[in-house]
Amino acid sequence: MRTLTVYVDGIGVWAPGIADWPALQRVLRDGDIAARDVEGNPANAKPAPTILPPTERRRAPEPVLLASEAASQAAAMAGRDPATLASVFTSTHGDLAITDAMCATLAADPRELSPTRFHNSVHNAPAGYWTVAAHCNRTATAISAGPASFAAGIVEAASEVAADGDAVLLAAYDIVARGPLAEVAPSGVPFAAAFVLSPTRSAGSLAQLCVYPLQGAAAPNALTSVLAAFAANPTAVQALPLLVALARRAPAKVTLASGANASIAIEVAP
Amino acid sequence: MPTRIAPLAISAFTATSALGHGRGALADALRADRGGLADNDFTRVPLPCAIGRVAGLESMPLPEAFAEYDCRNNRLAWHGIAADGFLDAARAAIERYGADRVALVVGTSTSAIGATEEGYRALDGDRLPARLRRPVLHTPHSLGLFLEAALGTRGPCLTVATACSSSAKIFAKAERMIRLGTADAAILAGVDTLCDSVLFGFNALELVSSQRCRPFDTARDGISIGEAAGFALVERDGDARAPRLVGYGESSDAYHMSTPHPEGRGARLALADALARAGLEPDDVDYINLHGTATPKNDEVEAAVLADVFSARVRASATKGFTGHTLGAAGILEAAITLLAMEQGFVPATLNSRDAEPAVAAQLAIEREERPIRVALSNSFGFGGSNCTLAFAAGTPH
Repeated sequence: MRTLTVYVDGIGVWAPGIADWPALQRVLRDGDIAARDVEGNPANAKPAPTILPPTERRRAPEPVLLASEAASQAAAMAGRDPATLASVFTSTHGDLAITDAMCATLAADPRELSPTRFHNSVHNAPAGYWTVAAHCNRTATAISAGPASFAAGIVEAASEVAADGDAVLLAAYDIVARGPLAEVAPSGVPFAAAFVLSPTRSAGSLAQLCVYPLQGAAAPNALTSVLAAFAANPTAVQALPLLVALARRAPAKVTLASGANASIAIEVAP
Repeated sequence: MPTRIAPLAISAFTATSALGHGRGALADALRADRGGLADNDFTRVPLPCAIGRVAGLESMPLPEAFAEYDCRNNRLAWHGIAADGFLDAARAAIERYGADRVALVVGTSTSAIGATEEGYRALDGDRLPARLRRPVLHTPHSLGLFLEAALGTRGPCLTVATACSSSAKIFAKAERMIRLGTADAAILAGVDTLCDSVLFGFNALELVSSQRCRPFDTARDGISIGEAAGFALVERDGDARAPRLVGYGESSDAYHMSTPHPEGRGARLALADALARAGLEPDDVDYINLHGTATPKNDEVEAAVLADVFSARVRASATKGFTGHTLGAAGILEAAITLLAMEQGFVPATLNSRDAEPAVAAQLAIEREERPIRVALSNSFGFGGSNCTLAFAAGTPH
């Protein structure tokens, strides 16, 4: 794999106590998530992305809410109309809440399965809702690569940027596991991040990313203590080291597993 | 408009479905107008419909070394990859290029969710039963993890899960990776299996026919669901005789989760982009394998687009009457059908259909036709308004 070079033009983040990218930068600076920002059980927290129609803002499946919130933040920061952006949506587990509920219904009486729940169960539901809300006819791809889902998302989005010469939106998310699935598909806290990646540097570019294959295994990425709780989310485990590097505004190298037997390096240059 | 791409060689391909194991069985059934749909004998709770079931998977456990991955979807993958020497061709490519230079891009909508469903039917208190307490099964990436372990690839590996366009879009992902030098070759796989989620889910949406599906028939009343495994090995150069991927188009309807855009906006964009990347005009196309699910709305929209974009010169058919709608595997299964039609010079019938939707009566082949095909398209349009059209060209004659 040759080096893929892209520029970060926008960043979105959503997690309990971290409402957006400026909030994450504050948390890193202060070394603390303000208690007022985490009300109730963080596992139940969810955003209300304004890009969705009001009826869907609360009712849409959690992955749709998380991915849409982070994605619209990133597009706004990049000054891009979401309708113009091709997109990649990546998640380790997909919609664990719907999978749990759907499998429980199917075990009890499969004829009771709700049509809405079924069409919301597809892995590309966040991509589907996003393209409808954003009036976006560009390609949208939903992917998964197990624990390497975020790294695979970076590689896929950077490939589309380089191959098609246009900016691409990458949205990554995982929600909290429910029911019997929690033991085999663990995820203890919701988290979403999004990036607008573009092929050329512009005045608004935050950093250059050079993505290339790493010989040997990725170094373990320990999360700083203030973010340690997010180690329970498989997307956060891979995305936060990159976000922290971007927040430092200094050259850095982040290494991530990109498959069962493969790793990538991401060189960050402000 | 995207710019023209260099063709990509399809050095090997195979498919297994209700029509049988491998290319020979697939071509024989298509040339004999023999369908694979039969009465539903899969669900425990009765559901009167036709299904396209692959026979014998129940008695084909994975080899001991891969027992962790054992489930219906990965069994079908292992069964399918053995056909037509595909496994050997894939291993030879890994040997030739190096494991880190071969991408593994898979498409699936069901993945191994059948195993999750089974676990919920047999809960041990509030836990999955011990035999199914295996993380590699309960993930959208189960197919990718299994094939990555079985093949030993160390290049990029990902699952595309965009419902019914999943295993069409994997061709586009592979083309970009190879063009950019991210990989020298890609092993593509699309595998979907019958499970309660899709059978009862599509039934809840009132999209399942009680009979064998009849694409583009004026009396069509819904889909029949099937299962399939398809594989392709793509590389930059390859044998001159190998067929080529010459274009693709990907788009979004931006309209509704489970209803197509009424004017087929996304479908038109996908078609236009596929032709642009291939450097082709609509009149260059000899054959189109249509998405043709046989739901009233899907086929109505696709028929209108077809009639609008293509002249009566093009031949088109939908083959889901043979195999059922194999969802996440449909893209690559129908790519394989299209490549076989090109290789053997025939247009497959639109099986089970009698009276063609008037809009496409001129283009639609209800009956099988013997004719040479040099350039062909395959359409895959799915949930979430996810569209993909692939363009293929025949290799240099032998």
